[in-house]
Amino acid sequence: MSIDKTSTPPEDHVVENPEAARGSDVAVDPRLLVREQGLAGYVTEFKRKMKAGDLGSLPVVIGLAVIWIIFQSLNSNFLTAGNLSDISVAMVGTGMIAVGIVFVLLLGEIDLSVGSLSGVAGATFAVLNVTHGMNEILALVLSILTGTVAGALQGFFFAKIGVPAFAVTLAGLLFWNGLMLKILGDNGTINLNDNGLVAKLTSYYFSDVAAAYGLAAAVTVLFFVSSYLGNKRREAAGVPSRPLSETILRTALLGIVAFAAAVVFNQYKGLPLAVVVFIAVLFITDFVLRRTGYGRKIFALGGSVEASRRAGINVDMIRISVFAISGTFAAIGGLFIASKIASANQGAGGGDLLMNAIAAAVIGGTSLFGGRGRTWNALLGVLVIVSIQYGLALQGIASPVQYMITGGVLLATVVIDAVTRKTQKTAGRA
Amino acid sequence: MVHVSATPVLALRGVSKRFGAVQALTDVELEVHAGEVVALVGDNGAGKSTLVKTIAGVHPIDEGVIEWEGKAVQVNKPHDAQNLGIATVYQDLALCDNIDVVGNLYLGREIRRRGVLDEVEMERRSRELLTTLSIRIPSVRIPIASLSGGQRQTVAIARSMLGEPKLVILDEPTAALGVEQTAQVLDLVERLRERGHAVILISHNMADVKAVADKVAVLRLGRNNGVFEVKSTSQEEIISAITGATDNAVTRRAARSNGEIKK
Repeated sequence: MSIDKTSTPPEDHVVENPEAARGSDVAVDPRLLVREQGLAGYVTEFKRKMKAGDLGSLPVVIGLAVIWIIFQSLNSNFLTAGNLSDISVAMVGTGMIAVGIVFVLLLGEIDLSVGSLSGVAGATFAVLNVTHGMNEILALVLSILTGTVAGALQGFFFAKIGVPAFAVTLAGLLFWNGLMLKILGDNGTINLNDNGLVAKLTSYYFSDVAAAYGLAAAVTVLFFVSSYLGNKRREAAGVPSRPLSETILRTALLGIVAFAAAVVFNQYKGLPLAVVVFIAVLFITDFVLRRTGYGRKIFALGGSVEASRRAGINVDMIRISVFAISGTFAAIGGLFIASKIASANQGAGGGDLLMNAIAAAVIGGTSLFGGRGRTWNALLGVLVIVSIQYGLALQGIASPVQYMITGGVLLATVVIDAVTRKTQKTAGRA
Repeated sequence: MVHVSATPVLALRGVSKRFGAVQALTDVELEVHAGEVVALVGDNGAGKSTLVKTIAGVHPIDEGVIEWEGKAVQVNKPHDAQNLGIATVYQDLALCDNIDVVGNLYLGREIRRRGVLDEVEMERRSRELLTTLSIRIPSVRIPIASLSGGQRQTVAIARSMLGEPKLVILDEPTAALGVEQTAQVLDLVERLRERGHAVILISHNMADVKAVADKVAVLRLGRNNGVFEVKSTSQEEIISAITGATDNAVTRRAARSNGEIKK
């Protein structure tokens, strides 16, 4: 391995003549991580990453494959278009909440209030729209805003007052749950309008086959064009760029997954609206986290608060905004969950929802220690969890066993996370 | 050869600083010219860190004048110092372990293109900067966590160079570094001087001071205790100034009878 110091010959570091040092190409240094061009370089790089414990999302992808194979062998109805479509729609509620959790985990913090907040959003919408007859869109916006405001409030107590996030959001968990019960009042359950906007969130399918194929094609083409143009720019600027073969390989992989999903959706009712919204959210949040100054600040805070402060980052504002984002996605997730059962009831936001959302983020590969993770992790993680739920339900196995298995999977993931961190440390990459 | 301009980049005239009942600095004088490395030495509690913090704007001075390129200036906030062109690299480097070298270099001053981070331009400029400073790291795209202590120090110093500062303050840059890594950092300090930056180097290590500094300013108990030309001064003389071997009842009596304190 090129960064392994012991295997490299000693080198003269005292530069007698700086002009000469400037003239000689920096790439001559044998310790530099120079990638060979072409596919061979890609394979070497991949092997090096594996050895260094930089597994990325590989464990969860393998885990998902194993889970699907096991359930398929137990019940041949598991890998049918109908079941997979149902899983895709059912995962969106928890998945949205998990997206917010990823933001908070990137800071190295935790938000325990997201389950309760999702219940509050569902109840708020139901009361405003059904009981008071408010305009759907207005009620939708207001109920999402309750999540934003509640999250910002918790963020304020954490950032400005200095209360640990764990304690603030634990208090929030109780408080918002009480608020939801209060909003719902004596009735307990409010049924949503079956043809309403929120109900459509999970019940609407783009039945035209062109929709799913078109989206898959658009995503693939967009990925290729942006990668290709990005590489052209890198080449023009004289910085290392990916070889074309690698871009094509990545595009092909993405294309296979996208079109496979499209085929599955089209065999059933078509492309679910919920999935389109979820993919859009993942795309936007990933872009914000990795391509904007705001996202860079979140990662910086997860790495070192002191360094961020000295770099002139407004630490308090970032913290408050991240908790506001977490609250917002909790509310959005709450609306999807209410949509799935077409009602707001007293049990909403309780049970295993909170733990599943956090588990989804972590199983997907977001570090509990801050500073590492992507929102796409939430997609993989929630797919694992909901697959287990549906697979066990097909077997007629009750929720006690579901909890135990989900717990086991979570433990396995955290163990993998801890072990890879150790490997990364010894390889100097953590 | 080192070119030293007539007007100092930074001059402190009779600077004093109190913290409650503690007189941390008393009538301190210091001059730093462009293209000059001034080592600031002194025992623990001599006031080195306080002095650096007054220059960096962390602690405003109580009395005295700070002159910047010959003009008296107010330095009340870290921001004031940065605007003047003073960059400080503190002992704890304040880098984010999880972010790559490019990201750390540009943290807080990211280059944007249509509102989006311009990674290509930042990477290109980072490589350019590291090449001009002859800094060698495995890749500009690996996280800081993968770098050795010396490499991190050089990245932190390179980061301070991005704003094209006129004065760079390095707080114990070679503390806790190995032999080879120390040499790398000292090389870098020399390169800063060659590029015409004024450098204030705080160090406990006399070998380092002798190796790169042009002048040594000694602080003792919050006062000046001599400024020495490195070339014409022995290590013993500097050490006796630091420990106060020249400052005892006998010398003080001699100084009083001579009418002035030996500088």
